[in-house]
Amino acid sequence: MAQISYREALNQAMTEEMERDERVFLMGEEVGFYQGAYKVSQGMLQRFGEKRVIDTPIAELGFVGVGVGAALAGLRPIVEVMTWNFAILAADQIVNHAAKIRYMFGGQAKVPIVIRGPGGAAHQLAATHSQSLEAWWAHVPGLKVVMPSTPYDAKGLLKSAIRDDNPVIFIEAELLYGMKGEVPEEEYLIPLGVADVKREGEDVTVIAHSKMVHVALRAAAELAEEGISVEVIDPRTIRPLDTETLFRSVRKTNRVVIVEEGWPFAGVGAEFAYRIQRECFDDLDAPVERVTGADVPMPYNKNLERAAIPDVERVKKAVKRVLYL
Amino acid sequence: MAVSSRTQRGSKGETKPLPIPEGLDDQTLLKWYRQMLLIRRFELEAARAYGLGKIGGFLHLYIGQEATGVGAIAAIREDDYVVSAYRDHGHALLKGIDPKVAMAELYGKVTGCCRGKGGSMHFFDYERRFLGGYAIVGGQIPIATGVGLKIKYTGGHEVVLCFFGEGAINQGAFHESMNLAELWKLPVVYICENNRYAMGTPLERASSLFDLSQKACAYNMARAVANGMDVFDVYSKVSDAVRRAREESLPTLIEARTYRFRGHSMSDPAHYRTKEELEEQMKNDPLVTFPALLKKMGILTDELDRQLQEEVKAEIQEAVDFAEQSPEPDLEELYRDVYVEG
Repeated sequence: MAQISYREALNQAMTEEMERDERVFLMGEEVGFYQGAYKVSQGMLQRFGEKRVIDTPIAELGFVGVGVGAALAGLRPIVEVMTWNFAILAADQIVNHAAKIRYMFGGQAKVPIVIRGPGGAAHQLAATHSQSLEAWWAHVPGLKVVMPSTPYDAKGLLKSAIRDDNPVIFIEAELLYGMKGEVPEEEYLIPLGVADVKREGEDVTVIAHSKMVHVALRAAAELAEEGISVEVIDPRTIRPLDTETLFRSVRKTNRVVIVEEGWPFAGVGAEFAYRIQRECFDDLDAPVERVTGADVPMPYNKNLERAAIPDVERVKKAVKRVLYL
Repeated sequence: MAVSSRTQRGSKGETKPLPIPEGLDDQTLLKWYRQMLLIRRFELEAARAYGLGKIGGFLHLYIGQEATGVGAIAAIREDDYVVSAYRDHGHALLKGIDPKVAMAELYGKVTGCCRGKGGSMHFFDYERRFLGGYAIVGGQIPIATGVGLKIKYTGGHEVVLCFFGEGAINQGAFHESMNLAELWKLPVVYICENNRYAMGTPLERASSLFDLSQKACAYNMARAVANGMDVFDVYSKVSDAVRRAREESLPTLIEARTYRFRGHSMSDPAHYRTKEELEEQMKNDPLVTFPALLKKMGILTDELDRQLQEEVKAEIQEAVDFAEQSPEPDLEELYRDVYVEG
């Protein structure tokens, strides 16, 4: 199986879907002539031309809204935001319009748009460029929220997102763009709303998404050397959430740690924890633990930044806490 | 659309040519009058029902602005798109939404154009290409621009009319859309219905520029100013813009200067303007001036006028009866259509 990067996997997904369906097009800042701010759209302008790979000015409200209108009228736009921090400028179009049009208009219309781009912290980008805002979008009925953690997932999930008739928020991890992984040559899709068991284990379930999956996997590998068997579950889509896979794992291990890069207050982990305690109360041998980003705007300083993001040590400690070790 | 020097008919001794666009037959003018009557009567009945507590939410009436909607939508084809704001009843009716279905929506009934889920500010009819009333000021302008992109992308020759009030013209959504529409050459006609007040704030207190059509200059876009109380002037200016959109795929900004006779919504007594100002403006009421003109032209008689008014009254009464008698949505409707299933 071919080893390709996360960004190449995303590129392949878009390329294949644009070849399959003339209505699919890509629009965003620097997606064309610049070849993508993070090179996710490299080569696509040459392949599809300016009609289908459209550079936009730096004006998120306008071009995201144009995507919403184009989707409403029958196209299937992929709108790239340079980062999800900037998509806040387009929140009106995403929250008030894309998410509401179908319901508010009595089911007459659909808005098959994918809004995608990197989220989360990278290296020392400070407060306005290092945010994990998935809880914001997942809060809104009418939106789907997808966050792939591997090249394989990225490709299969993005293809499904493009074929989905609903508005899909597709949050990539900036620091994963270069990550390589196995991606088959033949076409495949990963359905939205199906979690993945990234590592089987017996003693504790760690639920993590996006790049926190890799933090959880490293913690699991180190804990294995201490004789602790950790199961790592990646929900892959925050909304819809595959609670069945989470519950199944919790019923097996009876202990849960949730890891997320976002802020703790009203974060997605709070929702996961609520659902687990409601459905698996009798199966739990310890309170659900959370490891989250610090409840502060992201600082620039390297050491402070490091302290604000969940790491392997903190995950290991949390696992030991739920084991009462 | 060229403006002809067609002379008045049936007038007594007057020879002054009327600026009536060419190609309009008497039946068309009568249809326009009937449309104005229909919108006016629909909204008067809606206001009455609101007063009785049968309609909830906000109710923003279009009363006074009918000539703008009628003139503009008369200039497009059935397969063209209309996108509107929260003051959308008139545009929706003109695009062919049945008054019964519109009234039922105001009543929140399942027979309404959005199954009772949208209400006054969110009328919609996909088949008739009325792509919505939107209640966030300016929020619909990028959406309409996106519909324009779809037309160009698919090589179609339809156009989009995008209505918004002058209150929206300071929104970034407006400016970002203007830039994209001209940059990408999209077939969108932006119609700013300047009714002078954004809720309670007069234009002079909200905009540094009063000739709003000039906003187009910043984007190198074609522009026009129309007398929004004069259906012919609106029709003529919008027709020019529609031709530009359809044949050259170019956008236009039209400022239609109009006036609303009621408050911003039913809860607004409009104390921010004087009675004298309102009275002065009401001299231009299209529901007075237009039939008077048609009578002068010999197209409309008093009898035909009465007949039309009775017809419209009956049609709206039928709409009210339909809305009253329609069922409420089932409670299962609460969770329906959040997502496209499957």
